[in-house]
Amino acid sequence: MAEFLQLTVYGIVLGSIISLGAIGLSLVYGILRFPHFAHGDLITLGAYLAFVLVTTMGAPVLVALPVGVAGTALAAVAIDQVLYRRLRRVAPVILLISSVGVALILRSAIQLIWGPSNQVYATGIQFPYRFAGVNIKPDHLIIVGGTILLVVALHLFLQKTKVGKAMRAMSDNADLAQVTGIRVNSIIIWTWIIGGGLAAAAGIFLGMDTRLHPVMGWRILLPVFAAAILGGIGRPYGAIIGGLAIGLAQEYSTTVISPSYKPAVAFALMVLMLIVRPTGLFAGRKV
Amino acid sequence: MGGILEYAVFSLSLVGIYGILTLGLNVQWGMTGLFNIGVAAFFAIGAYTSGILTTPPTDAHLGGFALPIPVGMVGAIVVSGIMAFFVGIITLKLRADYLAIATIGIAEIVRLALKNETEITGGVRGMPGIPRPFDEMLGGQYELAFLIMLLILLGVLFIGLEKARTSAWGRVLRGIRENEDTTLAAGKDVVNFRLQAFVLGCCVMGFAGALYAHFISFISPDAFKPMLATFLVWVMLIAGGSGNNKGALLGAVAIWAIWSGTEIITGMLPADLTTRAGALRVLLIGVLLEVILVTRPEGLLSEAGERMRMIRREARRDKLAEDRGASGARSSAGE
Repeated sequence: MAEFLQLTVYGIVLGSIISLGAIGLSLVYGILRFPHFAHGDLITLGAYLAFVLVTTMGAPVLVALPVGVAGTALAAVAIDQVLYRRLRRVAPVILLISSVGVALILRSAIQLIWGPSNQVYATGIQFPYRFAGVNIKPDHLIIVGGTILLVVALHLFLQKTKVGKAMRAMSDNADLAQVTGIRVNSIIIWTWIIGGGLAAAAGIFLGMDTRLHPVMGWRILLPVFAAAILGGIGRPYGAIIGGLAIGLAQEYSTTVISPSYKPAVAFALMVLMLIVRPTGLFAGRKV
Repeated sequence: MGGILEYAVFSLSLVGIYGILTLGLNVQWGMTGLFNIGVAAFFAIGAYTSGILTTPPTDAHLGGFALPIPVGMVGAIVVSGIMAFFVGIITLKLRADYLAIATIGIAEIVRLALKNETEITGGVRGMPGIPRPFDEMLGGQYELAFLIMLLILLGVLFIGLEKARTSAWGRVLRGIRENEDTTLAAGKDVVNFRLQAFVLGCCVMGFAGALYAHFISFISPDAFKPMLATFLVWVMLIAGGSGNNKGALLGAVAIWAIWSGTEIITGMLPADLTTRAGALRVLLIGVLLEVILVTRPEGLLSEAGERMRMIRREARRDKLAEDRGASGARSSAGE
């Protein structure tokens, strides 16, 4: 029982990180209609931008977080306006290829600047709290708490602000949204700000939970995609549920199969979903 | 002089193998519009299959069946084809972008399996001692003989794929790529045709993997940096002109030349930066891809250009025939 609870804790932590990535991916997919393959590398970028502040100024990770989020959001908007904007008129699949290129450019730039080896925010051992035989590290509480805060903020943004509503409308039906006079380009910019920012938060939390590495984001991209598809493309709320489901499934699977095959679990769930219900749990965009 | 010649032979062989990979991708993406980002996975499956079938008996990994090399190659083609069949059956009913996501999964799982299934693949230690063709017969002249064999195989493959492209089968594939609904309405079994194209492309990639294994003679998970290999093949196809087999080969040569060129540039970097040179090379190729996509998305030899040339040629031929026919008619009228 204790082991099950312990895995549940790990699963929720991992699921929070995956959810943050998946929300942005799902929004971008729903509004711009292409799977953004560089999303994993935005996650990495966010983690490393915060790392700069942590190492140069000795700032705590939580102080560095907003800077990493802002920097990554800015980078996402810049990539979109310089590159994706020019390709938007052609087939979405060209955007897909382009995003694969961006993924490699970002990753190699990160490797070029910060080197190819592992980095950590803080050295030393954190003493975990123990509840009924379950270990919970302070970092775990920060990750889950931070995710909840961000999700609530996102919820308020999507429900209460005009931009948020326009965004949901674009994601539901882009043509209909344009007819009602929604300005497409500004909505797209907002989508990248939110997508990039949440990706950065995911990266920073991932870096706190494990280590920083130039391919950390790419490695988590598959579970993030799986979460977005599970929740339904263009459904930010679905992406949260999808992320938690994938995170828990990956951790529970370690009792049965080798932990190195965790990504395969996400993949299997995704394929299963694509076969049974390709629109996702919350009936996202139709295939 | 001998050194340069050896380097040229070695490079050309690698270009040839990349050329075969690019032709395989052209069947999937260029002709049918199937988005496969798992190129390296099928390449690796081919390499390992052929390795397992042809190496001498060993305890380090599965197999060591010591079968003849051609059997290994056929085995590589068959196993990649079977893998592709199962992947295709599940994913090809979906949209192109879902297939792309699914193939990332395949690539990731193959990568993990190569590393972890030590009993089958030899794990991180890799698989040494894969026999080379003509090695015993020719001794030192092995590389040149391999290159000649490779070029012959590449030629045969090119002609075969060109025939397939211009056949009725190839037309259906292009129809699916351009407008799936119309093709469906014309009574074609779209999913089945896609499956055929996907499996054929993956067989070609597996074949390239087998050739690579027998050329280098040693394979390990490190040899298949999945993103890098896949990405290079994609850039080759897009730069050359997707949908066009000639373009695919031209792209393979051009991008390989640039890729090697970046090695020379990064070789001039100060010593403390050389460890990061690999990243810089990838960065340059990535930028090149984006420039091509923005400025010339159809590639060096575009498919449309090829078709225009063909139409013009046919028009000329028709005109000649017409002129001849007209003069014949006039002369008969005069009688």
